[in-house]
Amino acid sequence: MKEFAYRRAADVAGAVALLDADPGARFLGGGTNLVDLMKAGVESPERLIDIRELPLDGIGRTEEGGLQIGATVTNSDLAAHPEVRRRYPALTQAVLAGASGQLRNMATVGGNLLQRTRCGYFTDITQPCNKREPGSGCPAVEGEHRNAAVLGASHHCVAVHPSDMGVALAAYDAVVSYQTAEGAGELALSDFYLPVGDTPHRETALPSGALITAVTLPPAPVRSRYRKVRERASYAFAIGSVAAALEVRDGVVREVRLAYGAVASRPWRARTAEAVLRGAPADAGSFAAAADAELAAASPLTGNAYKVTLLRNLTIAVLTELAELAEPAGPTGHDQEGSAR
Amino acid sequence: MITSDPTASQTAGAIILHVNGEKHALTVDHRTTLLDALRERLDLTGTKKGCDHGQCGACTLLVDGRRSLACLQLAVAAEGREITTIEGVGGSGAGQGAGPGSESGGQGELHPVQQAFLEFDGFQCGYCTPGQICSAIAMIEEHAAGWPSAVTDDVHPEAAPQPLTPEEIRERMSGNLCRCGAYMSIVQAVGYAAGARHTHSGPDEGSAA
Repeated sequence: MKEFAYRRAADVAGAVALLDADPGARFLGGGTNLVDLMKAGVESPERLIDIRELPLDGIGRTEEGGLQIGATVTNSDLAAHPEVRRRYPALTQAVLAGASGQLRNMATVGGNLLQRTRCGYFTDITQPCNKREPGSGCPAVEGEHRNAAVLGASHHCVAVHPSDMGVALAAYDAVVSYQTAEGAGELALSDFYLPVGDTPHRETALPSGALITAVTLPPAPVRSRYRKVRERASYAFAIGSVAAALEVRDGVVREVRLAYGAVASRPWRARTAEAVLRGAPADAGSFAAAADAELAAASPLTGNAYKVTLLRNLTIAVLTELAELAEPAGPTGHDQEGSAR
Repeated sequence: MITSDPTASQTAGAIILHVNGEKHALTVDHRTTLLDALRERLDLTGTKKGCDHGQCGACTLLVDGRRSLACLQLAVAAEGREITTIEGVGGSGAGQGAGPGSESGGQGELHPVQQAFLEFDGFQCGYCTPGQICSAIAMIEEHAAGWPSAVTDDVHPEAAPQPLTPEEIRERMSGNLCRCGAYMSIVQAVGYAAGARHTHSGPDEGSAA
């Protein structure tokens, strides 16, 4: 690990000013990814600006009836928050599906969005990697790519974004707020991550020197679910996941949100599938057709074609489950909560 | 403004760590992890180094009462936080004056989770055990506070409290790996310590009541 200076920021303006004055600096949140990457030599900041004591650790309702989540809220506090569990259950499920209890106590919301891929070529500095060292090549295309992307990738990079939380945030139309020395700004999560193209090292649309301050969720269909598939039962990254929210009336899909994880360089909002579903019968045939429409754009490699089938099956299973919950014989306590809005 | 601060570019600094109720002043290179500071500088070797990459849980300790990984925590960033290691989890003096030769916490009273690991034989080689115990202590508190887990069927806050079943224990403890595979006894020990006797039997009892 390279030597680095360390400063603890007391307020947002101070944190942003410190970074603005020092392009070699990085913000330190929970450190669960950054410190590990520094040990591996993938990251070598000249200065860490510790932001964990910034007053960005609150969760509160917005005027529109949504929820604003501070950037330094830990994964644990986010998942356990009553309003999140009540109104955005897929977000709680997604966060709890990720990492371990220890890591969730450390990791923060802002850091989760900015975490780097776990692609083995990216984290091994003896290997070429276009994301880590632009122009050096991507060995994953011909090499180990069992967990690589099937959507939106390019031959320059097939790495996947590892976040579970981000997949639920994508389904919920989250908006990311940030602060720079010039002022505040925001980005819809759908615009937050840049297309891979030939610049896989450029990952987000955040302006230089920006500090993520909050993530805001607009009101969303309450009936939602996150389901994750991985190679062991717990404490592993996804090989495919689905976040979905569904509203059904008289057997017809009124509103649907669908996002995929571990299939692209970013949480993948499945808007093509959503367009197929809106107004369609809420049945397995529609769900399959929607998945097929979305996955028609998939371009798997030789070793990860299984993901296309996996995502199709996951889509059908999760939407079927939500549809069965959507029109019960009579409203239960949970349903009253949902239909009251 | 920044450059006029003589500390701005220093890569080491003096810090005070609060560990097991005691203050320790030391100067650390900023690259020092909390794990290395505890083991190499404070002789608190109960916290183990397994993978050193946040993947095994051997270095689990409590930071402000919450289980955390010491290998991914920089010592300089831990200043001002209350750190409890395995040497400090027991009662009445456990962990006080810890140093070479007293890493088990001296003559202090064992924490109920430590006692349960002994009674249920919740280990083989013992290397993961301090992390398992620190993790379990905090996990039991998380469960008692109503936190759901990835195997909790209904995460809705008004749902009935989820009992700490073996399935819940396995999921909540999945961040602690045991190379010896002592998981069966670990789950029993944790369940017993949590007072989940409706799903677990005691060491000398038959089937659960």
